[in-house]
Amino acid sequence: MHPLRRQRLLLVVAGLVAAAVAVALALVALNENINLFYSPVQVAAGEAPAGRPFRVGGMVVENSVARSGDTLDVRFAVTDYEATVAVRYQGILPDLFREGQGVVATGQLSPEGEFVATEVLAKHDEKYMPPEVTAALEQSGAYQRANSQ
Amino acid sequence: MGWLATWYHRWASPPWFYQMSGRWTRGLMGLALPLLCVGTLWGLAFAPADYQQGNSFRIIYIHVPAAMVAQSGYILMASAGLVGLVWRLKVADVVLRNCAPIGAAMTFLALATGSIWGKPTWGAWWVWDARITSMLVLLMLYLGVMGLGSAFRNEQAAGRASAILALVGVVNIPIIKYSVEWWYSLHQPATFRLTEKPAMPVEMWAPLLVMVLGFYAFFGAVLLARSRVDLLDRERRSRWVRSLVAEHAI
Repeated sequence: MHPLRRQRLLLVVAGLVAAAVAVALALVALNENINLFYSPVQVAAGEAPAGRPFRVGGMVVENSVARSGDTLDVRFAVTDYEATVAVRYQGILPDLFREGQGVVATGQLSPEGEFVATEVLAKHDEKYMPPEVTAALEQSGAYQRANSQ
Repeated sequence: MGWLATWYHRWASPPWFYQMSGRWTRGLMGLALPLLCVGTLWGLAFAPADYQQGNSFRIIYIHVPAAMVAQSGYILMASAGLVGLVWRLKVADVVLRNCAPIGAAMTFLALATGSIWGKPTWGAWWVWDARITSMLVLLMLYLGVMGLGSAFRNEQAAGRASAILALVGVVNIPIIKYSVEWWYSLHQPATFRLTEKPAMPVEMWAPLLVMVLGFYAFFGAVLLARSRVDLLDRERRSRWVRSLVAEHAI
């Protein structure tokens, strides 16, 4: 390679490495703030901010959803299979909200340790399946296992 | 490696690029149109619906190819920037300049379809999640390259400035890719991995594969068509363009 071009190439590569290092350092420093939500374990350990809104994310515990008969109030529990957070929400839940499915809730911890949500978002996984396959899997009992991972 | 050097030297020459890009544009467009038609019909009408999301999952057939091309297009643009900075090739400059608007359109398409998809599934049009935010940064980078490219009167200075911006921005590409693994995000991880079987049955991913190939072919065709015209304009004073014009003038 021509020495001038080699010098330019080295210069460009050095610049790229410098930019990558700078961005990596910034991302490491910001690490906690880039996470969209706290896990129930972090909430239980008191890592989540008290007295201001934050998000908590995890799976909706099976059989934990309790709706009130005459209002839009709903209570459920969110877990990461290590700790559980009780959530209270008033409003319409997204279509994909289901027990055993992931959710991300925005809100604040009440003094009683209950999470009062102002927004609940459904989180879905990267697996897609036609309904007939799910029905077949349900019959054979494999679906429950696949879903509870 | 010999053939690579020959290939590289040929495509670096503007008259050769002009000649070949014409053929390649027609070939790629001829490939893209049937692929996109078949993929769209197959994905939107014949592929099965998802067991949880129902029909709204079908937007994946636009969303995923657009996002893939947006990122690959950026890598191509940055590579053109590297070649332009080190070897000072006019063709590389032209490719970089013409890649940016197509990439920006693809990124916008990925963000818009993601937003439309997010509303019925997640329950929100927009969330400041790591994946979505890094895609927005990608859009800004593309717009920045476009803006910087037209901010200079001197073509060489414009090319150099946009190449530097494009190269620095390449740092964002791994961030987009790994954003769903490094941090807690609302966006789900990738369905397709090179090392594993896709988390999707074949009747769902086959139309997606057709769409991805169609999007790549379309991107290639539009990039070559744009670059071709731009190259002709930049080289208007050169001998090969003059003789080309003389040949076609009646």
